[in-house]
Amino acid sequence: MMDIEILKEGVFDEADDSEKNPEKEYKNAVSTKDLSVYFNKRAAIDKISLKIKKNTVTAIIGPSGCGKSTFLRSLNLMHDLVPKARVFGEIFIHNEDINNFNAVDIRKKVGMVFQKPNPFPTMSIYDNVVAGLKLNGYHKKSELDEIAEKNLKYSGLWEEVKDRLKTPAVSLSGGQQQRLCIARTIAVKPEIILMDEPSSALDPISTSKIEELIYHFREYYTIIIVTHNMQQAARVSDQTAFLYLGKLIEFSKTRRMFTNPKEKLTEEYVTGKFG
Amino acid sequence: MDALDSGKEIKSKKKAGDIIFENITLLFALILVGLVVFIAIEMFLDSSQSRSKFGFGFIFSQNWDPVKEEFGALTFIYGTIVSSLLALLISLPVSIGVAVFLSEIIHKSLRTSISFLIEILAAIPSIIYGFWGIFVFAPFMRSTVQPFLNTYFGFLPFFKGQIYGTGLLTASVILAIMITPIISSITRDVLKAIPVSQREAAYALGATKWEAIKMALLNARSGILGGSVLGLGRAIGETMAVTMVIGNKAQIKESLFEPAYSMASVIANEFAEASGSIHISSLIEIGLILFGVTFIINSLARVLIYSVTRKA
Amino acid sequence: MTTSSILKNPSNLRRRKITNSVMLMLCILAAIITILPLLYIFFYTTQSGVSSLNIDFFTQLPKPVGEEGGGMANAIAGSAILIGIGAMIGIPVGILSGIYISEYSKSFISTIVKFITDVLSGVPSIIVGIFAYGIIVIPMQRFSALAGGFALGILMIPTITKITEEMLKLVPQSLREASLALGVSRWKTTLKIVLKTASSGIVTGVLLAIARAAGETAPLLFTSFGNSFWQTSIDEPMAALPLQIFAYAISPYDDWHRQAWAGAFVLIFLVFVVNLIVRIVTRNKFSGNL
Repeated sequence: MMDIEILKEGVFDEADDSEKNPEKEYKNAVSTKDLSVYFNKRAAIDKISLKIKKNTVTAIIGPSGCGKSTFLRSLNLMHDLVPKARVFGEIFIHNEDINNFNAVDIRKKVGMVFQKPNPFPTMSIYDNVVAGLKLNGYHKKSELDEIAEKNLKYSGLWEEVKDRLKTPAVSLSGGQQQRLCIARTIAVKPEIILMDEPSSALDPISTSKIEELIYHFREYYTIIIVTHNMQQAARVSDQTAFLYLGKLIEFSKTRRMFTNPKEKLTEEYVTGKFG
Repeated sequence: MDALDSGKEIKSKKKAGDIIFENITLLFALILVGLVVFIAIEMFLDSSQSRSKFGFGFIFSQNWDPVKEEFGALTFIYGTIVSSLLALLISLPVSIGVAVFLSEIIHKSLRTSISFLIEILAAIPSIIYGFWGIFVFAPFMRSTVQPFLNTYFGFLPFFKGQIYGTGLLTASVILAIMITPIISSITRDVLKAIPVSQREAAYALGATKWEAIKMALLNARSGILGGSVLGLGRAIGETMAVTMVIGNKAQIKESLFEPAYSMASVIANEFAEASGSIHISSLIEIGLILFGVTFIINSLARVLIYSVTRKA
Repeated sequence: MTTSSILKNPSNLRRRKITNSVMLMLCILAAIITILPLLYIFFYTTQSGVSSLNIDFFTQLPKPVGEEGGGMANAIAGSAILIGIGAMIGIPVGILSGIYISEYSKSFISTIVKFITDVLSGVPSIIVGIFAYGIIVIPMQRFSALAGGFALGILMIPTITKITEEMLKLVPQSLREASLALGVSRWKTTLKIVLKTASSGIVTGVLLAIARAAGETAPLLFTSFGNSFWQTSIDEPMAALPLQIFAYAISPYDDWHRQAWAGAFVLIFLVFVVNLIVRIVTRNKFSGNL
């Protein structure tokens, strides 16, 4: 845990002030402007504007139903699947308007790990890792083997599964399945990874393994993680966004958020007065 | 707040492959819908000769004479309606009993195998029911059931007269056997859709098992009605089994022992050998009526069933 | 009626208990009289069918009237060809329209399609025969296997559509999301993840539709028509097992009845086996591992 604290110190001072330093703008991995999502004309999130720098970990917290997941899922255009959902505002991925891409390209850049581990049940462990590549028509066996091994190593699963790569993915434990899903996500080389309560369905040991991965991944990816667990937010993130009733209440460096929040509402939430 | 106030909408661009694939599946879905429309149009057009010659009188005329080319559908309509309604009358209480038996009485371990047997009953081809009907069931009706009815209920006009074995009553019973699995499985589905809490509340008030079940059945009544209507639709359109046991005699008689004729049966028997175009056209008009009736009945049944199972 | 009033009136309680027992007994009786005909048909067909079943049944052509022996080889082959033609129509239309209803269910059109599927499954099969007669037999000016197969194909559609829809809806949404989140396009996700995950269920649906089509008689009466000889070209009238059973069943000859029972046994055996497979496959489907 000490390591994480030290690393955080290094990036703290850069948060919040990108607007003052336009030349640093390129560092934004994700930025949104007045982002709203409506389900059947009801706003699930309402005009959220924030900027997230490259190679940082951002936690999104808030009571259930506040729109955390809705916000996250708008960043890789996942609302496409919901017929009654409409998204308004602006989203920039690496400073480029999301409207310039189609959903497939965005999702290759912006990977996602879900709340419940969701390996493909018809596929083996190996096939799950390279699923994103194979489904998009990439079939060179020697390279796929290499990619599978590399990404399983990155996700800390290699030693546990190297002797049974061809067994069904669903034979793994929940925690292993989730790390498999992470391996599958990073195998398509995303630049940004969205995590939607990735450890809420897991035991404490598996949770700590996932958090360890997030810590290491910061070097390569920009991570946005939704969590209902404030200790987890405090442990893994550089900055935290607090959402309440669909609105962004506060977005600050994590340490400040948990020690000296700007908003009264944030303070009440982080100290457990509601939520 | 109005969504349109919120600025520009983000809509992800669809890839060409997705648009093509969605439209291919849509095309095939529309083929399915188009088929039904096409069937209706085709039969409407092919029956024009009969419709223009006989008009609405076709439905009310008992005359069916291929030699004189005089055609009317009343006897067939009568045979279809009476055999189907009678089948429903016999089948409904039995089906409800089966549904209650399967969902409330029988032990779980046996439920799967018994309900499997009843499902198989629905899957047996109609031709086999007919075959069995001719060789086993009709003789049984002639030797046992019909004499019994004649002896004890002979004061009723339905159970009087000559006993043939094959006839309206036999066809109705075979139809009842065939539609029982359909009605009972839908009754089971709608019973499942009634919340358990309701039954628990009834038990808590001291109700007996049957009283609790009765309440659930009452609550599920529109779904059960839907299942019955569906079964009725199946009985109306049933062809082979009826053709083989109804007797195929175009007449309207009080006695249920008498042979009769149904709409589907007359098409099955005469279509391939019909001589004149007006004969074919008249048979197609009977088909058109059959199609219209089953279409309306099935639509009604689905609406009733959706109304119950959707709430769950 | 309240609990206390029931307890105060013992005779009422007794009457209610008797009603309870009687009604429950009647339900059991209902189940027995429903299953009885099934067992009867099943055992009777097996008994009469198996004893008449022999190699000739599967290898010989029907003998002319008055001659003993012969078989239904041409009818079995004909049924296979008719079902093959039907499957070429029923499987693509059924599966693709099922995909549309399940995967693009937002639209008004899919509600209509779903409704029409249910209604089509209730359209009498003989009506479909008339339809096939009108659009294939009349223009070709003769009965043909093509017309019969076409009719069977239409009859297969609603079963396959419905099963496809239901099986696809059983596939968890999280798998679609997982695939899309990897940057896989929607159509590839549907075909390679969703359809593949549901494939065993869909296969059973196709089997079910085939078993049902194999027993269909009415729509073949004036489309495929039947044939006493070998016929493999699809633009000619063709024999089919249920047609042959029908012709033999209503004939006055004992030997033909015997053969019809053998045919009936083959059909019932097919139905039983297919339904058993469907039971086993759908029971193990998606249990535990998802």
